[in-house]
Amino acid sequence: MGAGHGHVLYRESASPVHRLPPEVKIVAMVVFTVAVVATPREAFWAFGGYALLVAAVAALARVGPGWLLRRAMIELPFVLFAVALPFLGTGERVAVAGLHLSVEGLYGSWNILAKGTLGVLASLLLAATTTSRDLIVGLDRLRCPQVLTQIATFMLRYLDVLIGEARRMRVARISRGDDPRFLWQLRGFAAGIGALFLRAFERGERVYLAMLSRGYTGRMPAVWQGAGAATTGQWLVAATVPVVAAAIAATAVVLT
Amino acid sequence: MIGDVQPTTPSLDVRAVRYAYPDGHVALHGVDLTVPRGGRVALLGPNGAGKTTLVLHLNGILTPTEGTVSVGGLTVTPDRATLGEVRRRVGIVFQDPDDQLFLPTVAEDVAFGPANLGLRGPELAARVDEALAAVGMSEHRDRAPHHLSFGQRRRVAVATVLAMHPEILVLDEPSSNLDPASRRELSQILQSLPVTVLMVTHDLPYALELCPRSVILDTGRIVADGPTPDLLADGDLMAAHRLELPFGFDPTFAASRRL
Repeated sequence: MGAGHGHVLYRESASPVHRLPPEVKIVAMVVFTVAVVATPREAFWAFGGYALLVAAVAALARVGPGWLLRRAMIELPFVLFAVALPFLGTGERVAVAGLHLSVEGLYGSWNILAKGTLGVLASLLLAATTTSRDLIVGLDRLRCPQVLTQIATFMLRYLDVLIGEARRMRVARISRGDDPRFLWQLRGFAAGIGALFLRAFERGERVYLAMLSRGYTGRMPAVWQGAGAATTGQWLVAATVPVVAAAIAATAVVLT
Repeated sequence: MIGDVQPTTPSLDVRAVRYAYPDGHVALHGVDLTVPRGGRVALLGPNGAGKTTLVLHLNGILTPTEGTVSVGGLTVTPDRATLGEVRRRVGIVFQDPDDQLFLPTVAEDVAFGPANLGLRGPELAARVDEALAAVGMSEHRDRAPHHLSFGQRRRVAVATVLAMHPEILVLDEPSSNLDPASRRELSQILQSLPVTVLMVTHDLPYALELCPRSVILDTGRIVADGPTPDLLADGDLMAAHRLELPFGFDPTFAASRRL
């Protein structure tokens, strides 16, 4: 069973970014992303500034560009649409390498690509420097509703268990001659999902029973969010990135 | 009980407990069971005998249709305050540690029970340290349960219950799915704990090793109650209740070796 495997997104290190409390990083990431999204798409220089900020934080966190870019591939399906825009867009056209492209479409495409990539990179940096456990602690300290953090906690704990169950069920199917090719797999896979749901449901019941047996009364005891909350100094340090980003965004809005 | 004189109130006193499931199926037909403080008793029986149903009565998750359950002198009733105290006194370690360990780190999970009892701060930390030390898992306190081996998870599951300072430790199939080394480690840990133990198991050698006394539950009735070596050596009794020893295992010889 799942013993001792690494994290996909988290990168173990002792960098200054890693040491920041999770809540300040979450807030910094969100403010940064909002600033990026609020920037007018014509202000190309502003996006250069954001990219520099991301690069600086990545360097501080000792996260390599290769590592970041490989994981940033996750946005590909979403930006694929952006590639089509210059061809589909209406209005004024411009000739680029023998192609008549829509100017409006080109701007739209750039807008999606630049903002999407920056947002993904910022989230990746957060994930690379914060364990999923700390993310939940951070959300909790930011007064995120307890129901949501509890659901996230359970997901975090049981995702591996569920994946393990799904894998064992798949191996058992293949062992009985199921054809593992993609489309042919679907029928068995769909049936497996049903079985998996039932198992998850039953497990939920057993977990609840075990919780009741240890005196659970419907509210999680709030014991582990107290210690180690962010200090003012840490808030100020982490604020540099979003403040600079907000300044860039404000300048860009004023200039265009 | 075979003429035992009890100096204190028994840890567990089950009297004439009868239980019928909502669909009418009767799972327990008047069960009597007393476990003195500090005793270690194995609850044996074939599948479907009602062992799990009985265990769920001990901390009030199921309420008997007739009869009473008392834990350390406190009778289990469905009111909130009593249930809270009963669940502190009865520590159930469930069969699958993945059901028991639901928080992202070992220490948080061990803290869950005592925190529900209202403990906070250094007192809570002390409970966690003590319980983890008792099962030899102190160095894994900040790890995620799913990164531990099955045997380690079982030990942490025991710790989550020990942290509540239970009157009686109830173990559901403690040796299932353990490799021989983990099985031996767990038995050493259980033997070192100064608590009353009720152990539900199919693992008869394990029962013999850990529990001087056994009771056999079949079709919702206690059909035998006596010293474990005597019960295991009674071939007719064992066969009548679908209990079988592993190939080549001689309980009389094993018991004499242990003493």
